Order: sequence, then structure tokens, then C-alpha cells
Amino acid sequence: MTKNLRVKSGKFIDETYRISFKFNGSTYYGFKGDTLSSALLANDVHLVGRSFKYHRPRGIMTAGSEEPNAIVQLHDNSSRTEPNVRATEVEIYEGLEASSQNCWPSVKFDIGGINNFLSPLLPAGFYYKTFMWPASFWEKYEYFIRRSAGLGKSPTEPDPDIYEHKYIHCDVLVVGSGISGVLAAKTAAKNGFKTLLVDEKPYLGGSTIYQKTDYFKINNQTSSSWLEKEINEIKKLKNLEIKIRTSVAAYHGYNFLLARENLTDHLPIDQRKNKIRHRLLKIRAKKVITATGSIERPMIFDNNDRPGILLSSAIKSYADFFGVATGEKNILLTNNDSAYETAISLIQKGINVEAIIDNREEVESKLLYEVEKNNIKIFKGFTVINTFGYKRINKISIKKLSKDGQKVVGSRINLSCDCLGISGGWTPAVHLFTQSGGKLKFREEDQVFIPNIYSSDQLSIGSCNGDFTLDEILINAPKSLKDFLNINNTEYDNLDIVSSTNKSKRNIWLLPSDKVLGKTKSFVDYQNDATAKDIKLALREGFRSIEHVKRYTTTGMGTDQGKLGNMHALGIISETAGAKMGELGTTTFRPPYTPLTFGTIVGRNVGEYFDIIRKTPIHNWHVEHHAKFENVGQWKRAWYYPKENENMHQAVQRESKAARESAGILDASTLGKIDIQGTDASEFLNRVYTNAWSKLAIGKCRYGLMLNEDGMVYDDGVTTRLGENHYIMTTTTGGAANVMSKLEDYLQTEWPELDVYLTSVTDHFATVSVCGPNSKKIISKVIPDLDLSDESFPHMSFKDAKIGKINCRVMRISFTGELSYEINIQANYAKSVWEKCIECGKDFDITPYGTETMHLLRAEKGFIIVGQDTDATMTPIDLQMDWIVSKKKYDFIGKRSLYRSDTIREDRKQLVGLLTENPDEVLEEGAQIVANVDKSPIEMLGHVTSSYYSPNLKKSIALGVVKGGKNMMGQKLIIPMEKKNINVTVADPVFLDKENKRLNA
Amino acid sequence: MFIINCPFCGEREQSEFKAGGEAHIVRPKQPTELSDDQWAEYLFMRKNIKGVQFERWNHAHGCRKWFNMVRDTSNDKIKAVYKMGEKPPVE
Ligand SMILES: [Zn+2]
Repeated sequence: MTKNLRVKSGKFIDETYRISFKFNGSTYYGFKGDTLSSALLANDVHLVGRSFKYHRPRGIMTAGSEEPNAIVQLHDNSSRTEPNVRATEVEIYEGLEASSQNCWPSVKFDIGGINNFLSPLLPAGFYYKTFMWPASFWEKYEYFIRRSAGLGKSPTEPDPDIYEHKYIHCDVLVVGSGISGVLAAKTAAKNGFKTLLVDEKPYLGGSTIYQKTDYFKINNQTSSSWLEKEINEIKKLKNLEIKIRTSVAAYHGYNFLLARENLTDHLPIDQRKNKIRHRLLKIRAKKVITATGSIERPMIFDNNDRPGILLSSAIKSYADFFGVATGEKNILLTNNDSAYETAISLIQKGINVEAIIDNREEVESKLLYEVEKNNIKIFKGFTVINTFGYKRINKISIKKLSKDGQKVVGSRINLSCDCLGISGGWTPAVHLFTQSGGKLKFREEDQVFIPNIYSSDQLSIGSCNGDFTLDEILINAPKSLKDFLNINNTEYDNLDIVSSTNKSKRNIWLLPSDKVLGKTKSFVDYQNDATAKDIKLALREGFRSIEHVKRYTTTGMGTDQGKLGNMHALGIISETAGAKMGELGTTTFRPPYTPLTFGTIVGRNVGEYFDIIRKTPIHNWHVEHHAKFENVGQWKRAWYYPKENENMHQAVQRESKAARESAGILDASTLGKIDIQGTDASEFLNRVYTNAWSKLAIGKCRYGLMLNEDGMVYDDGVTTRLGENHYIMTTTTGGAANVMSKLEDYLQTEWPELDVYLTSVTDHFATVSVCGPNSKKIISKVIPDLDLSDESFPHMSFKDAKIGKINCRVMRISFTGELSYEINIQANYAKSVWEKCIECGKDFDITPYGTETMHLLRAEKGFIIVGQDTDATMTPIDLQMDWIVSKKKYDFIGKRSLYRSDTIREDRKQLVGLLTENPDEVLEEGAQIVANVDKSPIEMLGHVTSSYYSPNLKKSIALGVVKGGKNMMGQKLIIPMEKKNINVTVADPVFLDKENKRLNA
Repeated sequence: MFIINCPFCGEREQSEFKAGGEAHIVRPKQPTELSDDQWAEYLFMRKNIKGVQFERWNHAHGCRKWFNMVRDTSNDKIKAVYKMGEKPPVE
């Protein structure tokens, strides 16, 4: 049975509310208010995981989000399981199940632990050096690396929880609710600023809220009771919104911050139903005050990673806040006064402190004297040189430090213990400050980086600004707040403060040992198992930049981003390389400060809300008639309409035959439509298309090809002249928005003198396209009073018409090569017009066809699809469309590029038709085209861009791009496939009706 | 994420805007008279400055107007915005 290490706790833990939870399969009990780590420690469970590389036993080290070791997997359930959760941040709830990560088969007996004994073979850069060669072995290495890496397992089913995003605008955002955050929030709110205060913890008050000694007093009250009153007051302020369990993940430019508000993770599972789990807050603040506090530094010595070794401040937090003793025989190792605060707390709680090892020689410290009064042995000028105990620390060795702190001297003293608290001083949590673009400076006297130059309207106060003691905070924070908020005074200008901390510190980045460094395991980055030895090795191997050393040794690259050890890595580099800390700079802290779930990031944009879905006004008809849909950009387009048991091929063959033999009908509403008006509209079209537009008569239509300035085909479509100064342009479905932007760009920036107005009308008009030899008969029934004679209404012309009272524009244009009419109507009438066409076409067996048939029909005619038969490397000349490029026009977009030395090369890839030797063999789109398979390396000549079986020609047809293809007509080429080579002949890309007879059938 | 002061609409979130590359590259009036090298200079060459850079931006999800911006790319500070055709503020 495990021990009960609960001592009298404060009011933060509700001992009347018992909660059971499971860890690694065993059931434990804790109380409401406990975190998973405090509850485990209360049950004397320290060993919670294995380290990443050496699989060394690891215990809980901290009490906050900086935790490197106690990383657990929550739940076994396949949809809710979550890896990489810090046990120090999990509030326990009834039914909580958690397990250790990175150990197999169990945390107590771990096979990977053998790496620990092999560690001389696993130096820095081991993975880089060992697994690089031969390259072909990588896949095998990767398998084993991933298996032993142990970063937890991801859920295998969709996330059942709800997430959302929310925008917040405020005058002042205060990050962190420690003493400085609380006084900042109160000052801002009381001075009329709309203020938001956030804290990652479930309570306000930071570490001051449990500071209950007479050594730290404000206005004659203990600092905790003074702060408690302040907190009660700010809760009543109307101008202040407070969010707990809210962790700021990122601080971007212009005071834009992202925070994750955790709403349900602390509730029992059955109470979470239909509630939002996490909310991503997108905060835009006029001013930001960071009061993010500081993180206690560990100390670097041999075997500094055993379970039972915690930060001294964490021991204090577990005792004072949670009422949990982290050990029965506690020893503290320190280089500053903080450990004495811990010792005083432990003494107050009746928890045994065996000794304190202080790196410093004699210091005048009230806190130290108080501890000494309690007959606790203080080893001044000593340090820990080694620790013992495999799954839990049980002994330490200490030695006297030399005067310069570089060596240990004298004889070794052994002390037994079950818990060692370490305090290497404090590191300001400047992560958010640096994310915002702020520049740090190095303060030599206590070896810390502190904020120096702000890049936005921002202020750092409290210990994240390097003010570590109560008096410093309470004197400096109100002063800087007055400047920052531009106010004359604060409530805190004349506080009566008692602060007892002696600020002296003896900072030694890498504590000396009586062993050579190569024989020690002094961990700098606990999570990634990077040691001091690794960092020195990297320097010996020539790495100088901190960023390189970081990547080579993986220091600071874990999920904790090295919140504990990064400073020591820098310090060791600085000392070894003889460079100044301030000049080395720090590595970049990147968002998120603590990991975010994917659910938080995507919010509501899941499933059908992932992207916008655009439907044509005729969509429901397609659904009713069992169409299969394909996505074209954001559009849902009818792909084909299978009848009974037809597969796609059968349906497309049937639809294609019907369109050529009688009549087909297509919903072409997705085509982009741009209304162009103005006295310079014709000139504008002259400049944006390759062909000439000035002479196009009113009522006529023309096909146009649009290039980029680099001469490559960008878009195509038919444009109709509706009036003297009025055109309607159509674009490809996918290109509509980009074409509109491009045209606006030229009009606004290059040719502002042109009198032209553009309006996107894609959604305003729907397009019903009726094609086939019987289309004229059908249209004459749909619009009886429209003169459809070839003389009055020839190919490539347009007429206004009425269907009943509905105005429509009818264009006689064709993308299939058949006689074809496109009716454009106001979108909300589209379905009735479509149905009327179907009704009138019944006698001719009018067949709805989808995009697949449309593609097949146009391929028979050799019409290109921009984006399928072209990529951004095809000129009109490459497409054998020289006819559309005006020789007379002085300029148009892309013209000059058409005779650059590169674009006039004869051996560019050019569009050709391809016919297979076996007419039933259909090529695969994307397949490579070669001339010779015998000589290797085989020269790739091009690839197949479009390929179909044509039911009308009764053979396979394809389009492709081939180097120098234009001059290869009739030549045999080869399509090498996995199992065989397919012989093809280069042909004219127009396979059907070269004479265009069908257009006037 | 920047707050951009559109010269037509005022301050808006960056997500409403689209960046359009370097500003003040004028399309040659007589492209046909240019050598390949001169045309390539217009077509491909961009400064990509670390520091103060003149850029084109478009209020794509707003008024759809193009305008110019002076931005320090090293710290994303926007120094000025001005309409197309207006002279850049002297630096
Ligand atoms: Zn605007």
C-alpha cells in the first residue's frame, strides 16, 4: 500500500470531496482541487515516466506548465485519448484515467532502459551520425526509432468534443494573475480601461496567494491575505473580465494574441456533454501587460534527474497549496534565498527538512536565520555532486565548492533523503514578450535575460520583468503602470511592505563534480535527455551558433521547449566558448507557449464546415436525379447521372452518345461571369486577351485566351458583346475569382485612365446549356418566338429573349462541337427554366450530362481545359493555338514574353493528340511519354493530360504534351506503364469534325 | 497579424487583405522595344528587402482597392499607406 503524504492543506483543496482516479491501472484517491501530480504525490507516487532517449525513470519535477517529465496519456478510449498532457496541469475528476508515456511494457520495468547503460554510445548527434547511411536503410531505422520514441498515441476516431473560436477586443489585456497581474488589472479597470485578465491556472493569485509568513507582509497583513482581498475586489469590477484556465499560446504583432480557454477538461466526463471543450480566443488588445512570472531554474549536476528531485518552488507549492508533502526526508539545494522560503513553509506544515545545501558562503538572510533557528543543518559553500536511488532518490553526496566555484574540494559527505528540492534562481518567463518581437537584454548581476525593447504597446511587470522580490514588484510595478496607462497615481503608491529576501546568488551553470564530465549524466534538457556533456561535445565538434547547438543536441526541442534548461545550455556554451551570454542571445521561443489540441486550432471548421460549399440554383434537381457530384474549387458540380446499376464509365458513354446523336443538357452555372462596362471596354479586352476585340459586332461572341505577363496561358472563355460599351466575360469555374482580381489589378494600377467597370455576376446568373443535333428544335419549343434561323442567329452570336416573363440571354456557343445554345437567366428562375428544357426535350430523349461527359465531348474536339491540359508553363503557341494570338496588336498582357529566347524554343512541350495502337486501350492521365525505352536513362518527353474512350469515335483518344510534339505528327511514341509499354501515335488534337459541320447541323 | 489602415476604409484586420508584392514596378509602356534582359528585369526581378520596403496591398475582402504600403519587413511596422498613383512618402 502507498503512504498518505497529505498534510493540513489550505482552503484550496476540498477534503470533503473525494475523487477516485486511475494511474497506470491502479486506483488512487485525491481531493477536489488536486492536480494529477499533487494527487499522485499525496499517494507517494513520484515515478511517472521514462525519459525520451535513455528511458531513465523520471518523476514529477514541477507544479506548473513548465513540467518536462510528468507527461501522460489521458483515457484509453479511442476517440478521447490524448497524449503529451502535463500531469501538473490536469485537474483530477471522477473517472480520470491516465498512464505513463514512453515506457514499455511498464513504467517500473522498462525495456528501453537498456539505453541508459548504452548511453556512452548515444552521444549528441547520435541519430544524425548513425542513421544517415546507407540512405536505403532509413526506412528500417525509422521504424525502430518511432517505436521506441514513445510520444504517446493519437486518437483513432473522430474527436467527439466541440471547440470554438471567439474574437475579443479589449483596451488592456493582462496575462498572468499573480500579485503584479492582479494589481495591473485592477489599476487598468479602475481607470476606465476595458480590461481582460487571463491565467492558465484554475485560480487567481499566482504563488503569492499561498505565501503565509510574517516575512512577507503588505500593509501589515501577510502577502496572501492582502492579495486575497484585492482579488475579491477585482471580481466585482464591471470593467474587468477574468478568464481562468486560459493559457496564452501566441503573441503576434500588433497586439494580436491567441489564448486557449479550457472549459470542461476539469469536469467528470458525463458533465461535459454538449459543452464546448476548448475555446480559442483571438484577442486584439490596445495594450498588453505581461505578468507571466518566472520559472525556477534547476541545477545541473550528476544524476540530477531522479524521481524525487523537484524544483524547490514546486515543493513549496505542493505543501502550501495542495497540502502534500513531496517527501519525508527533504533536502534542499540552492544558490539563492528561495529554498529558505520553501524550508519555512515545510517547517510550518510540520514536514521534515533534513538539511539545506547552499552554494553560497556566509550570507546575511533573515530567512536563513529562521531556518537555522529550527536546528536545520545548512551546508554553506557546498554542492551536490551525485545522487543515488534508481526509481526514487535515496541518497546524495555533497562536497565543498572551491573559492572560484570551478571545483569541489575536501571530502565527500553522504546524506540520505527521499526528496531533493533544487533552486538555481529564477528565469523570467519572457516567452510571450519575445514572440511579440521584443528584444531582451542580459542582466549580469543575477544572470537573467529581461525585456529591453518593446515592439508593441506592451509592458512587462513583476518577475517576468526581472523583479523577483516582493518589494521590487510592489515598488516598480505601480511606477511603470502609471507611465504605461498614462495615469497620475495608483492605489499602490504608498504600500507598507515587508520583504525578507536577500538577493545574493551564486550562479554556477554547471556545478563541478569530482568525476570527469564524460562520466557524468548531468541533464540540461530533461525531456530530450540532453546533458552538459552533449553540449560540450557539440562545441568540440565545431558548432558555435546557439541555434545549431540546440538542433544538434535537441536541447529545448521537446514539447516543453526547454522552459527549465535552456538558460543552462546557454550558460554552458558561454563558459565553454568564452562568449558573453548577452552576445550569444537566446534561441527563439515559438508559439504555442504550451501545446494546443488540434480541436482548438480548427474550432468549428470541421466536417461540412471545413470549407465553403457552393451549389448552383439547379443543384436540388441534380440531387433528385441521383447525380454524382465532383468538387470543382468550392463548387459541387454534377459529375454524371448514373441510371440503375450503371457505373461511371457506362453513364458517361451513354450521356456522350446522347449529346452527339440527339440532345444533352448541362448545368454550366459555375462558369465565372464578369460584367464589363465603360467606354474603354473594347480597348480593355484588347489588352487582356491575345486576340483582337475592337471589331466584334454587338450581339456576337468570341473565344479569348488570357495570358500571364510571362506569356503562359492563365484562363480562357467566351466573351459576348451586349452593347457598344457592354460585354459579359465568362471564365473557367476555378479561375473566376483570380481573373476578377487580375483584371481589377491592371485597371487600378496600370491602366487607371481606362473607363471600365467590372462586376462579378457569377452567382447572379445561371447557365443552362442545351446541345446536340436536336437542340434547335428543343429551344424553339422553350422560347417559341425566338428566331433560331442560322441567318438571324448564327454560331457565336447572342440574343435577348423571354421565357414567359423571365428575361434571358441566349448564346449560340459550343464547348462540345455540337450545335449548342446556352440560356443565361437570373439565378432564382434557373431551376424552372432547366425543368422547362427537360420537358420540351422529352420527345428528343434529352439527356442531362455532367462534367465528365463535358470533358469527354470537348476532348473529342480537341478543346483544352486550362489547368488540365495546361499548367503554368504552356504558351498559346505550345498549345498549337497560334491562330488566337494577334500579330497586329501592339501589346497585350504576356505578348512580349511570347518571343523571349526561352518561349520560342522549338523543343518546348507542345500539345498533341495521342492515339493508341489498340483502340480499346485507354491511357492513364499523367502517364509519362517516351520515345525509346531501351536506352537508359530514359528521356521523358512529356505526359498525358486528358484521356477518354470516345463512344462516338469508338476508340481511345488522348491529349498530351510532348517535347517538340508539333513536328512529330504521325510518329510512334511509347507510354511505359508498370506492367507494359503502350504504343501510341502522335495525332492532330482535333479528333472529331475538323470541318465544324456539326456546329451548324 | 497586422492592423492595416486601408486608405479607403480605415483600420481593418490583415485577414481582409492580400499582399501583392513590390510596389512601384511600372509595366513598360513599349514592351516590344525591350531586350530579353530588360523585359526579364521587369518580369522577374524583385528586391525582397530586409528593412523598409514598398509594397502593394489589396483590400480583397473589403473595398477591393489596391494601394501601397511602406513596411519595415524586419519588424512588420507599417510606416505609411497611400493610394495608387500617389508619390511614396520620402524615407
Ligand atoms: Zn478598403
